[in-house]
Amino acid sequence: MTTFLELLVNGVSIGAVYALIALGFVIIFRATEVVNFAHASLLLAGGYVVARLHPSIGFWAALAAGVAAAAAVGALVEFLIIRRANTASHGVLAIVTIGVDIVLTTELTRRIGTDVLALGDPWRDRVVRLGPVSVAETRLVALAVAAALIAAFLLAFRHTGWGVAMRATAEDAEAAALMGVRRGRVSMGAWAVAGALAAVAALFLCVFPTPGLDRGTAFAAMKAFPAAILGGLDSTTGALAGGLVIGVTETLVTGYQNDLAFLGRGAGDVAPFLVMVVVLLIRPAGLFGTKEPARV
Amino acid sequence: MSDRPTEDRPTGDGRAEGGRAGALPRGLTGNGLARILTRSAAVAVAVAVPFYLEGFWLQAGLFAMSAAVGAIGLNLLTGATGQLSMGHAFFLAVGAYCYVHLSAEPEGGLGGLGLPTPLAAVLAVLAAGVAGGVFSPIAGRLKGAYLGIATLALIFLGQHVLFNATPVTGGYNGRPVPPMELFGFVFADSPALVVARVPFGALERLWFLGLAVLVCAAVFARGVLAGRPGRAMNTIRDHEIAAGVMGVPVARYRAGVFVLSSMYGGLAGVLLALAFQRTVPEYFGLLLSLDYLAMIVIGGLGSVAGAVAGAVFVSMLPQLLTRYGDALPLVAQPGSGGVSPAEAARILYGAAVVAVVLFLPGGLLGLAGRLRPRPARSTSSVRRTSPADPARPADPAGPDRRAVPAAETGRAGKPGKPEKSDRTSFKTSLNPSPDD
Repeated sequence: MTTFLELLVNGVSIGAVYALIALGFVIIFRATEVVNFAHASLLLAGGYVVARLHPSIGFWAALAAGVAAAAAVGALVEFLIIRRANTASHGVLAIVTIGVDIVLTTELTRRIGTDVLALGDPWRDRVVRLGPVSVAETRLVALAVAAALIAAFLLAFRHTGWGVAMRATAEDAEAAALMGVRRGRVSMGAWAVAGALAAVAALFLCVFPTPGLDRGTAFAAMKAFPAAILGGLDSTTGALAGGLVIGVTETLVTGYQNDLAFLGRGAGDVAPFLVMVVVLLIRPAGLFGTKEPARV
Repeated sequence: MSDRPTEDRPTGDGRAEGGRAGALPRGLTGNGLARILTRSAAVAVAVAVPFYLEGFWLQAGLFAMSAAVGAIGLNLLTGATGQLSMGHAFFLAVGAYCYVHLSAEPEGGLGGLGLPTPLAAVLAVLAAGVAGGVFSPIAGRLKGAYLGIATLALIFLGQHVLFNATPVTGGYNGRPVPPMELFGFVFADSPALVVARVPFGALERLWFLGLAVLVCAAVFARGVLAGRPGRAMNTIRDHEIAAGVMGVPVARYRAGVFVLSSMYGGLAGVLLALAFQRTVPEYFGLLLSLDYLAMIVIGGLGSVAGAVAGAVFVSMLPQLLTRYGDALPLVAQPGSGGVSPAEAARILYGAAVVAVVLFLPGGLLGLAGRLRPRPARSTSSVRRTSPADPARPADPAGPDRRAVPAAETGRAGKPGKPEKSDRTSFKTSLNPSPDD
């Protein structure tokens, strides 16, 4: 039972981090209708900046720089490429982001090489005991930060001018533009926000108990794709639910690996994808996704 | 019923007609003669290659051929039907491993059925099709980029299975591939064979096998695209609802094309296994799938020739950079800390994907079409190869108007401008002048 509780807390925490990534993904999709396959490389970029800068300027400044860098990369991708793409087909735009992803990931993994980069976080490997359950401090911080960020964004969507502009654009881009919403600014903002969220997520994907930022981090970020599509690509609630489902599944399968030996080694890493396939079989639009009504 | 509306229109579907004209025998007009000449020249060059070039080029060519077969399949799915798939590498893996498992004799810890190799190859392709069919409840219902994310699952689950199913796949280390044996002729280095004083080893023999397979695959795909299924697929890509209204069973077509493209993937996997002579699970990962997507975008979405061109470009690039890396600036030897040839190649074609979409809709094929002056119908066919056409679905009058050269529309201010860039013509069809 203790094991189960520990796994559950860890799962919820890692799920909250996936939800952060998935939230950025959904924000981009809602604002620009682009499925952003370059999301994992945005995350890698943020993490890489933090890892390289923290020895010289300290952790918090490095984190700020990492978040800013990832946001800038996101905004640049939107400004230089997505906005100028000679197409309106969303499939082709998705492929463009794949091209961006190939370039960014190749260059970043080349720079990382075979190293495992520490991010210099202040929590290190401290463990907190809550009754019989012991949890890494980083996991609790991750949970708190992710929850705070997600709550802040959900509130911002509802109550700020930026949020209203974004929702209006998602609803009907042309009408929003006619009402004076600057579409360019909205979509650039969405990409920047998504990059920033991804950088924060990168931090928590690379701290204890994970050894640090390495080539595999991009793969870890890939698990946010099932999280996003599981909840429904156009639903922020869905991103949260999807992230939690994926996080908990992954942790439980990894934790009970010995009892699930028939699934083979490393089943925890692929469990999110299995869950996604099962959910899509039952609900093709995701758990919370809306099936777009078509007007003819 | 489904394609009658397009057929009534004289310029209904440029590419379909272009393809059909190529498939039917025609009189020896200048155009047809030139076509026959280029084709025979291409065949002659392809046949002559093993007699003149060294092993490196043959090996690279074999990879390019197998990649081309796979890319044709993916282009049917992604280019022609608009369904993004990131799972293509999985079907290559299914094809490769089924071939190995079915044809190999059991030895050590590795299982095998020891079937005749041609039978094993056919069964491997069918197995890839079955794997695609199992996924079709999802492939038929999801559209576009959604399917792209869903097919990520195939890659990760597939690799997991490959690494763990050691008796079939050999685990991390992979397993050797039995050489193909066709009517007593072995595609391997022994027994020795000398043709025209050139020693014919495995590479030379496989070259002809690969060529034959590629030609068959290309002809079949052209047939599919030029005929009724091709039109249905393009309509689904351009306007799903319109396709449904015209009687195209959308979900069934999507699932069917997915199965077909996975069979192409399986065939490419068999060829690849034969060329590599060893299969390693590591290879069939996400990167391979991304390679294939890059191929079809760079070559030109939705056409067979585009897929082949892109496959040659993407699969030759790393090998060329490796071979001539010493002479190039910015490319360093692997392990020396600089940009290794493989990485340089990835960055180059990643950038190429972006550049193609930004500046060159239609890919390499579109570029070739633009460099050559052509009659209006053919240019419109090139344009059609990319689904990058915002005007088409929404504007039923678009294709008609676009196919007519600008001079004939009688619009003042634009006389004698038959060759227009894609962008301008989109605008023409988007903003019809008040007088027409």
